[in-house]
Amino acid sequence: MSDAAPVSSPLYKANIRSGRIIIWTLLFIGGIMMISPLAFMFATSFKTADQVYDLRLIPAAPTLSNYIAVLADGRFMRWFFNSMLVATIVTVSNCFFDSLVGYTLAKFDFRGRQFVFIAILSTLMIPTEMLVIPWYLMSSQLGWLDSYWGIMFPGMMTAFGTFLMKQFFEGVPNDFLEAARVDGLNEFQIWWKVAMPLVTPALSALAIFTFLGNWTAFFWPLIVTTSKELYTLPVGLSSFAVEQQIQWEMIMTGAAIATIPTLIVFIVLQRYIVRGVMLAGLKG
Amino acid sequence: MATIELQKLVKRYGKVEAVKGIDLQIADGEFVVFVGPSGCGKSTTLRMIAGLEEISGGTLKIGPDVVNEREPKQRNIAMVFQNYAIYPHLTVRQNIGFGLYTSKLSKEEKDKRIEEAGKILGLTALLDRRPAALSGGQRQRVAIGRAMVRDPSAFLFDEPLSNLDAQLRSQMRIEIKRLHQRLKTTTVYVTHDQIEAMTMADRIVVMKDGHILQVGTPSELYESPVDVFTARFIGSPSMNLVPGKRTGAGVEMGAGDILIGVRPHDLIAGATEGGFAVTGTVTAVEPLGPETLVHLDIPEGSVIATARDKTVPAVGSQLTCAAAPGSLYLFDTSTEKFLGRS
Repeated sequence: MSDAAPVSSPLYKANIRSGRIIIWTLLFIGGIMMISPLAFMFATSFKTADQVYDLRLIPAAPTLSNYIAVLADGRFMRWFFNSMLVATIVTVSNCFFDSLVGYTLAKFDFRGRQFVFIAILSTLMIPTEMLVIPWYLMSSQLGWLDSYWGIMFPGMMTAFGTFLMKQFFEGVPNDFLEAARVDGLNEFQIWWKVAMPLVTPALSALAIFTFLGNWTAFFWPLIVTTSKELYTLPVGLSSFAVEQQIQWEMIMTGAAIATIPTLIVFIVLQRYIVRGVMLAGLKG
Repeated sequence: MATIELQKLVKRYGKVEAVKGIDLQIADGEFVVFVGPSGCGKSTTLRMIAGLEEISGGTLKIGPDVVNEREPKQRNIAMVFQNYAIYPHLTVRQNIGFGLYTSKLSKEEKDKRIEEAGKILGLTALLDRRPAALSGGQRQRVAIGRAMVRDPSAFLFDEPLSNLDAQLRSQMRIEIKRLHQRLKTTTVYVTHDQIEAMTMADRIVVMKDGHILQVGTPSELYESPVDVFTARFIGSPSMNLVPGKRTGAGVEMGAGDILIGVRPHDLIAGATEGGFAVTGTVTAVEPLGPETLVHLDIPEGSVIATARDKTVPAVGSQLTCAAAPGSLYLFDTSTEKFLGRS
């Protein structure tokens, strides 16, 4: 016989209740730890310089002067534009190429398919810090240093995106593709008109991951760019800090503005992110 | 519309031969059903006709042309799949119109064809719905509609009714048959359900292990099966077989060099007069309404008989059943080939 208390017993209910209390407490602590920096960032962006070290979340005398100053600074808008440009182009590129490769690996049987897939997958195990040196040498020799293309090229196609899309395309029934083949579509049309609409959740998740990743990218843009006009927002904000002797209220204002696009993207498409992660996990 | 001709058609997957050199001629406008157990090569043959599988050997002609090397889109055929293969992101109208995606017809002509197909298939009111809002039968009609609008040389159906419940399946059988009578387009239909084959086909092709065992009309196959496999595959419930031998007057059960076959519908429970009679213990009964199937254990094995009246024999009781003269099928025990009727 089992030692466990019957489901209707008070002991069982008490166990359930205490379990829930522990889980909610841990979630609450985790939530506070994650939200606090954001809350302080937004709070600081409404404070004047002399209030920065006052840790109150609601400023004593809230002001919009930081926002006015940051938005009036032409460099900030330029960096914002750069980040938007880079993140958008890389996202579109990933959605296109990762899907194309993922579809090919999932739906076409060719010699060496498994080898190609494992080779692509194995690049996931190499940390970015190790790849930066060959990327830099390549950029240097091909004249891509300090250019938009230089910032973008390493992320134009990713192993993660290819893997994610392959897993989703595997779930697309072959009958759909064969029906389109019989109906006279060529292979590119089948991919574009039939397969792609069927993996919209994965595509949305990939788009969000890629956009967020590139919007917040710091390390590679810092290395590959030297002229301030080409800085992305995270790089620009860091240089802003050095030049201005750490004006925290300005940095926080810049960072607060920088989070707005990512927050919008996340709020609008969060259900796709959750579904994308869940399915990738299940099928992986 | 077109004829379809298979000449020594072979399909190999590595060293395994799935289709072993089959020959068949399908006439213009004919409704041919491929039937056989799973793995017999019927779907593979259909997919070779569609161009979805490469042909390993032999020749395939659609109309006067050899199409072995042609892409599916160049064969002017339309196919309906087991899982419907209608696109969930498109409306019924768009799904039906998808068959015309690469067509050079004007938009007006395309719209006209979609409306016409919708009307024929009873989908007019559903044209702007998505597949998720349709029943299984309606989805299958959409798939047929997509095939119809292209006005193809031939329709290919790959077990299209397998996913439907029994009632809907019977309704769709009639609808597909009516559609064929109306359009008179050459049709190749694959199923593992012999009832579908019997009710729909002009001719049935029975396949087993990559070979064609027999080609004929439903009544030819029912009345003169070439061997034990075909005899048991066609007709439901399957034909009863008991060992026997020829005598001067006819046949009798017992050890011998023939197998005596009798269909359950010909073996009448309670009858004692006839060319063939068996007595045994009732082990199970299956009342079907107008008649009852009675399972009997007899010394030579087990058989199924039919009780025509409404009385249902008791399980465990002794029962005699008899078949009328001329209703027996005789097969050679060693080759299992059909020897004739008795």
